[in-house]
Amino acid sequence: MPNEWLMIAGMTLVTILPRYGVLALLGRVEMPRPLFQALRFVPVAVLSAIIVPDIALVNGVLDLSPQNSFLIAGLVAGAVAWWRKNLLLTIVVGMGTLWLWRALILGG
Amino acid sequence: MMSTEFSRRSEFLNGIRDTMPLVIGAIPFGFIFGALAVNNGISAPGTLGLSLFVFAGSSQFIAAGLVAQGTGVLLIIFTTFIVNVRHALYSATLAPHMKHLSQRWLFPLGFWLTDETFAVVVGRYARADGSRYKHWYHLGSSVIMYVNWSLCTLVGVVAGQTIPDLSAWGLNFAMDVTFLGMIMPQLRTRPMLLTAVVAGMSALLFYGLPNKLGLIVAALCGISAGFAAETWLATTKPTTTTAPPEGQKE
Repeated sequence: MPNEWLMIAGMTLVTILPRYGVLALLGRVEMPRPLFQALRFVPVAVLSAIIVPDIALVNGVLDLSPQNSFLIAGLVAGAVAWWRKNLLLTIVVGMGTLWLWRALILGG
Repeated sequence: MMSTEFSRRSEFLNGIRDTMPLVIGAIPFGFIFGALAVNNGISAPGTLGLSLFVFAGSSQFIAAGLVAQGTGVLLIIFTTFIVNVRHALYSATLAPHMKHLSQRWLFPLGFWLTDETFAVVVGRYARADGSRYKHWYHLGSSVIMYVNWSLCTLVGVVAGQTIPDLSAWGLNFAMDVTFLGMIMPQLRTRPMLLTAVVAGMSALLFYGLPNKLGLIVAALCGISAGFAAETWLATTKPTTTTAPPEGQKE
């Protein structure tokens, strides 16, 4: 892709900023408490906004039927993650469900 | 328990040992990223560059997804910032324990800060056993995560180039499953749950916006909802609800 290294340089910069920037300013600057509080919601908000369209939309159209293997596997993986809190197990069960569902239920 | 047995070496090795379960969890993640990124049109050196220089898994996945959709570089960088700004929270939590360290230490430890290393070292710093070398523990955890992530990316890049059309295997979905595994355990408070629901629904609603802008709009909706709910709960039931941010010093 064109501009690839520009993208990498920019991503590097905006990632090291929150990681190192706060350490570098140690003690000299206190992070405002409301900002700290809001930051805690960022990972869940961003990742949910990525996951839901990926598994609920098929070619940009909402598909909540059992024909949507991503939705089925996503629900199963979500349940496993909720109960077992095990990342590796969640990945294995999620991908396994996707492939099994496609092969057995949807007939390849 | 002896309190004199701490050396640089033992701290470093203990840091590696205690991070191993998380290293194992990151292996498929790194592999899948490498394969997915080259499938999505990022060059092999560029894919490795992302892991070596950016070193932030979820944002690397998102960038790979945005590249596949032809999103502009500036928007990819902005989205990366939104996704990675959570690290400021980790840094702020660890900073009081790292005050004595020089910039020579702070820069690499900051650069290498991940969800995983934070989760491991925050416990080590909190343990009051008089060790003067806790930053060596931090270093061990950081280095093993970095080396593992780089190697797994490399293996994924090679696999992605040799096995044609890995995308037919549903690799994109592997990313979603990984993210599910990361967030589901966090949804145990009502504000967090609300954040996920609002962000997810908004993402569907705003899906039609160009350049994945819907992602950013939806994330902001989710953050606002969670923040408002937590603030509201705290004012109505100040004793039972939550939860100053972990480790935050008053």
